[in-house]
Amino acid sequence: MSLRTPLGQAKCLGSAKKGFHHWWAQRVTAVALIPLTIWFAYKVAVLSMSDYQTVSESIGSPWSAALIVSLIVAAFYHAALGMQVIYEDYVSNKAVRIAAIMATNLLLFLLATAATIAVLRIALGG
Amino acid sequence: MSSNNRPLSPHLDVYRLPLSALISIVHRGTGAFLTTGTIVLVWWLVALAGGEASFMGAQDFMSGFIGRLVLFGWSFALFFHLANGIRHLVWDAGYGFEKDEVEKSSFIVIGTSAFLTIMIWVVAFSSGAGV
Ligand code: HEM
Repeated sequence: MSLRTPLGQAKCLGSAKKGFHHWWAQRVTAVALIPLTIWFAYKVAVLSMSDYQTVSESIGSPWSAALIVSLIVAAFYHAALGMQVIYEDYVSNKAVRIAAIMATNLLLFLLATAATIAVLRIALGG
Repeated sequence: MSSNNRPLSPHLDVYRLPLSALISIVHRGTGAFLTTGTIVLVWWLVALAGGEASFMGAQDFMSGFIGRLVLFGWSFALFFHLANGIRHLVWDAGYGFEKDEVEKSSFIVIGTSAFLTIMIWVVAFSSGAGV
């Protein structure tokens, strides 16, 4: 006897919880990204022709660094979730699909970490 | 054998894609493009963290033709994805599904993203003169 539900067995899928979580996390990050990206795009535009001193002081000020780290976390999480959906839609071979999703997640995680460390270093003046 | 009332798939060479379908594809395209483009953001932050010399190198590249082109593409992709993303969230909340509403919001998305793209470049170029 299996502990899986009949519907779960018929569809060869797990419970609906993970799918909902994926969908919901994509929405939560999207909502967070609305103010964060507008704020950041404006900031970068204003700073676009400034010198090193001005830019690093502005990016590294405590609130700005906190908002940029939040932007990084939200954007990379949102991007990883979104790229997964794209692979699921177009890559039919299961092994290739899982490999692509894993590789993308690892790469995005690495980029997010590098960006976070860079912002911390700017903020802490290391 | 009559085949008159069988459904046909669209003949792609004479089929005009509805605007809403085009926007849907572009939302996905901009999502993937922005994901790739995060590399530029990370590179810029790492250059800034690396000190004045590496930052000036990054600034030089970004103010050149290729750099400007990348930034322009990135800004439009961002604002398009942002505007249409908000439309997605409105749909998720259950509003705006009538055909005329979808038609109208398609134009709002295009107008808003074009407007915001132009505005951000106006801000960039005018603050350069002031600072
Ligand atoms: C600016 C605020 C943003 C908002 C409001 C937003 C909103 C959304 C929404 C609602 C979806 C789901 C669309 C669907 O169900 O088909 C989505 C998908 C996606 N987003 Fe964003 N997004 C934003 C920023 C970003 C950024 C900065 C990136 C990349 C770093 C990104 C990458 C993606 C990707 C890859 C997808 C998947 C596309 C698809 O499934 O077709 N988004 N976005």
